[in-house]
Amino acid sequence: MINAVGLSKRFDSFLAVDSVSFNVESGEVMALLGPNGAGKTTTVRMLTSILKPSAGTARVAGFDVVRQPGQVRHSVGVLTENHGLYMRMRSEEYLAFFGELYGLSPVQCRQRVAELLDRFGMREAVGKRLGEYSKGMRQKLALIRAMLHNPPVLLLDEPTSAMDPQSARLVRDAIAALRTEQRAVILCTHNLTEAELLADKIAMIKDGRIVALGTVGELKRQWLGPTLLELRVARPLDGVAESLTGLVQVVATGPDWLRYNSDEPDAVNPRVLQRLAAQQVPVITLSEVPRSLEDVYLLVVGAPQQTDGAARVVQTQSEVPLPVGPAGAKIPANN
Amino acid sequence: MTWTEARQSLSGALIITRREMRDQLRDWRIIAPVVILTLFFPLLMNFTAGQAINFVERYGAPVIGQRLVPFLLMIVGFFPISVSLVIALESFVGEKERHSLEPLLSSPLTDSQLYIGKTLAAMLPPLLAAYLGIAVYLTGLALTIHWHPDVILLVQIIMLTTIQALVMVAGAVVISSQTTSVRAANLLASFIIIPMAMLVQGESLIMFWAQYDVLWWVILGLVLVTLVLVRMGVRLFNREELLGRDIDEINFKAGWRTFADAFRGVGRGGGLPAWYRGAVAPTVRRLRWPIGLVAATLLLATVLGFRYASVYRLPLVAGSLRGVEANFNHNLAELGFVSAGGAAWVFFTNLRALVIATLLGIFSFGVLGVVLLMVPLALTGFFAGQVALIGLSPLQFFVAFILPHGVFEITAAVLEGAAILRLGASVISPPGGKTLSEGWLMALADWAKISLALVVPLLLVAALIEVFVTPLVVRAVLR
Repeated sequence: MINAVGLSKRFDSFLAVDSVSFNVESGEVMALLGPNGAGKTTTVRMLTSILKPSAGTARVAGFDVVRQPGQVRHSVGVLTENHGLYMRMRSEEYLAFFGELYGLSPVQCRQRVAELLDRFGMREAVGKRLGEYSKGMRQKLALIRAMLHNPPVLLLDEPTSAMDPQSARLVRDAIAALRTEQRAVILCTHNLTEAELLADKIAMIKDGRIVALGTVGELKRQWLGPTLLELRVARPLDGVAESLTGLVQVVATGPDWLRYNSDEPDAVNPRVLQRLAAQQVPVITLSEVPRSLEDVYLLVVGAPQQTDGAARVVQTQSEVPLPVGPAGAKIPANN
Repeated sequence: MTWTEARQSLSGALIITRREMRDQLRDWRIIAPVVILTLFFPLLMNFTAGQAINFVERYGAPVIGQRLVPFLLMIVGFFPISVSLVIALESFVGEKERHSLEPLLSSPLTDSQLYIGKTLAAMLPPLLAAYLGIAVYLTGLALTIHWHPDVILLVQIIMLTTIQALVMVAGAVVISSQTTSVRAANLLASFIIIPMAMLVQGESLIMFWAQYDVLWWVILGLVLVTLVLVRMGVRLFNREELLGRDIDEINFKAGWRTFADAFRGVGRGGGLPAWYRGAVAPTVRRLRWPIGLVAATLLLATVLGFRYASVYRLPLVAGSLRGVEANFNHNLAELGFVSAGGAAWVFFTNLRALVIATLLGIFSFGVLGVVLLMVPLALTGFFAGQVALIGLSPLQFFVAFILPHGVFEITAAVLEGAAILRLGASVISPPGGKTLSEGWLMALADWAKISLALVVPLLLVAALIEVFVTPLVVRAVLR
């Protein structure tokens, strides 16, 4: 649904986006993460046919962003970084204006506006001027504007910023619903929890380049090492670590716990439990040590750029290189 | 574009117009001045006109009153449209500043639809207010002093009012495209306000002299200015320009780099010959159309000068030229013409003319620069015509007096004129992918290349020939 190949944008001598490539299918949500000025907004503007790429190509909903800008813009709903509402208007009037711009008939527009206002709990505020809206309400209305014409592609920049937890939840549910409606969504956000929660795929962009691309799990494995598991037993650990030799590589131990890495926890963990049961070791818990997307983000974005310019793109799990390092270093000495 | 497409395109633009007009009608800062200028100001002008007529008639100068009434008609029309400048700045750059432009730019409307929609929105309310103000003023005059305007004058005033509103809005679009804040746009608006104020003063003079026919030329001039500004606006009001650049800061370093890169051209290194090959030659090739245009214009000026010789005939007789020949050497020696100093004088005079032409060209989209270059050629044609009128050969005159140094001088004028024209055109239509300032700096670099590499050497040669060779040829011919 969204296909970018070698997309670049140069402003005079400044290269804002450098050879960005990715693919977002129908029913997929891709989070575009990166620090301010990394090139996220410029990428989105190229995908909306607002800016012309200096190099590379992109197709959105089957339309070329350079040759078919009108069709591209018709197929895309955009939530811009700043909501950009007209403060003297009322919500229905505002949405009717955008409905007209997108070619909706008055009847279609009224139905859709009513449906979306209800869905986002905005009915009560209909009579107010937009200038009287809270920040969160303005953000929700801007999101409604983006969804108004039922576009197959949505480009959402910080959709839950300035929202209270309740509204943010509402919007997150709406984005999740977009996935089930088979729409392709690009989500630009600094909220990594939200990205982890919503995105099927993450692209991290730094200095205009995609430096990491893959699912959350893939990125964690790639940047933080294999899955880290923690085993707790109901007695001192004496001899337990040694009994697992040959099955797993224990990386840290405590008085009644140990941790090990595993590429294939689904296969390894039952065998670990079997061996411990055979030795009558009372196991309390065996769980994955939580590792957040934030850890990956800080590692990726904080890391110096690779000199070959290639992103660490995860294709399949089997292709994932297994760097040793950051994960082990993060294990607390005593937990 | 078919009629249906044009209608669809306009209907898209009108969505923007309707929204913006609704928005304006909710803003008391726009409504208040428009209402005052539409209703109260014309009535005040009625009163003023009545009082003024009574006053001047007491002193036996009714003509002042007669001239004042149409002048006030123009002013009543002009004041409301001055609001259109503010609305246009607010509409174009204000939306950019408030970030409400991006959702619009993300919509399927084309750049032209957005431009037309916003232009109409900025123009229509003040223009309707101006028409209403004129109607109020005329009604008041009809009721109080029973004055009715001449239909032609009324048409002229309505046309002036309309075209002036368009000039201001089109100018505001150009300004808006070069700024990212209303504050900066308001500062730049002086480039519209000052010329408009001068224009109104000029129109006032014309109206007080009752030279109403001249107003047609003013209207024609304004139409041309509007066309240029609309062309610039359409070129500059596009998504790429509006959201692709942050252009409020003056970046001398980047500006100098743009100029220097364009001046050096491709294939740096290799000294002067490489620069001529890599920078000057491509510029001349790029200027082939302006060169052709300027050459044709100068030829036209010569022909016009020749034609006007019979209209403004000089009291010359063929016999008197013999006396010129007799004292030729003596006169030249007395002037100190045939000397290095004479050559330097000719060179610097020509150079000064080209510098003035360039400066005029910068402020007139290239037009006045070329017009200035046309003057000497028109005079040449005029004198050739005078020579023909007294029975001598104009061709012989041209070959003897002009051709020896003219080959170099006219070539220099054509090249310089082309560079000036490009400098002006770069403002109207910057090269693709470049900002207005980048385009202008590149054209300035082209002008500098042409001037330094070709025009100055040509003028130097021309000056030497004019001083040391042309007199010999002239004397030989006169003999």
